[in-house]
Amino acid sequence: MSLAKRIIPCLDVDNGRVVKGVRFVDIRDAGDPVEVARRYDEQGADEITFLDITASSDNRETMVHVVEQVAGEVFIPLTVGGGIRQLEDVHRMLHAGADKVAINTAAVANPEFVREAANHFGSQCIVVAIDAKQVDNGPAPRWEIFTHGGRKPTGLDAVAWAKQMTDFGAGELLLTSMDRDGTREGFDLALTRTICDGVTIPVIASGGVGNLDHLVDGIRDGHADAVLAASIFHFGEYTVQEAKQRMAQAGIEVRL
Amino acid sequence: MSKVVIVDVGTGNLHSVHKALEHVAPAATVIVTSDPDTVASADHVVFPGQGAIGSWVQALDARGLRAALREAVANKPVLGICLGLQVLYDHSEEDGGTPGLGVLAGSVRSFATAEAGPTAGSMHDPLTGQLLKIPHMGWNQVIQMRAHPLWDGIPADSRFYFVHSYYAASDDRDEVAGETEYGIRFTSAAARDNIFAVQFHPEKSQHSGLRLLKNFVAWDGSSP
Repeated sequence: MSLAKRIIPCLDVDNGRVVKGVRFVDIRDAGDPVEVARRYDEQGADEITFLDITASSDNRETMVHVVEQVAGEVFIPLTVGGGIRQLEDVHRMLHAGADKVAINTAAVANPEFVREAANHFGSQCIVVAIDAKQVDNGPAPRWEIFTHGGRKPTGLDAVAWAKQMTDFGAGELLLTSMDRDGTREGFDLALTRTICDGVTIPVIASGGVGNLDHLVDGIRDGHADAVLAASIFHFGEYTVQEAKQRMAQAGIEVRL
Repeated sequence: MSKVVIVDVGTGNLHSVHKALEHVAPAATVIVTSDPDTVASADHVVFPGQGAIGSWVQALDARGLRAALREAVANKPVLGICLGLQVLYDHSEEDGGTPGLGVLAGSVRSFATAEAGPTAGSMHDPLTGQLLKIPHMGWNQVIQMRAHPLWDGIPADSRFYFVHSYYAASDDRDEVAGETEYGIRFTSAAARDNIFAVQFHPEKSQHSGLRLLKNFVAWDGSSP
């Protein structure tokens, strides 16, 4: 009897539409974030994360409406990331029904923003998204923080940054390996374990999931508190329920 | 028709609680308010809370809601959620020590203190051996410690969604309606007379949470 490890499907949303080819056979509109969220909820998702990849800030208002709609009928925790740059953005998303916001670029640009947001809204709703890339392949690997989809180095050491964000009041970290993201080769387990063992707050592992065993690895070997995946669920290869059954078989406590 | 009032002290997101109550009780009128008179006119009162307890209690007083809340806990069905449970106790360790409303017997303590204190060494993740993370975040099981109308139709040991860094330690066993284990075993649901309070978020706990909210709206406030 203990706290369950969480499985979190992630939806990339561009101007109010789910992108990256959702292929649910029995869904009316696979581009509708509300329908997709409803489906994941039915499958037993522990939370749902929306990543707003809309380039234009004019279209960000669309995301607020998406969150409002989903929060009106899906009663599990919702996290929204992408374009969260100021307190007003946090307020708007929480008010629309999000439970947490994920702050990424704005935290790198201005770490104090994380402190302000945590003080103002409480740590429980502030997730800091960390995009890390390995910079030293030697016997003692190092990872640094990158922004702009992994293109722009910041010089920040990933472990030191994770600790700093914890100190600044983040309630949770969303850790993505930019080396693995999109590869379907599995999590960067060394990175995941190093960060998870190095901080006192929960960590969600992300980046590289290609099959259900990868999810098990992330929890068991990466020491993650939760695992996030997009494509393996979107393409209908696996349901969230199947992922949980695999984890349960591996001896991991899940909510079935 | 039942009037369900959600007390808004201005510190949290009440959208989800509001939507969840509307979802389970379509015939009820669900209102979010910080007006003491509206609270006084309610049939059922819900007070959710999040953030830090010190500023929450200050906001409660700044809005003149303390008396309305006291009146509600004295005579109508009340549901406290998260900080809404913690504030019912005598005292909280948070924010350098904060007096609570003293409706339930006991105190609110920090998981971090428990980790460093007498139970040190036991606060580890059974799978990875890591120190348990704080906040306690995610789906954990609630052991129903006594029969109650709000548990109606909810299987034993069901999982609910938690997110908190402080926990309630009850001094009166009769007031413990549910317990949860996270390093230590704490009060995750409390009940006394017309009051029910939960540490978890029923509005975010899918079927089990919605059932509890539905049970609350149907509850007349009498205890078994």
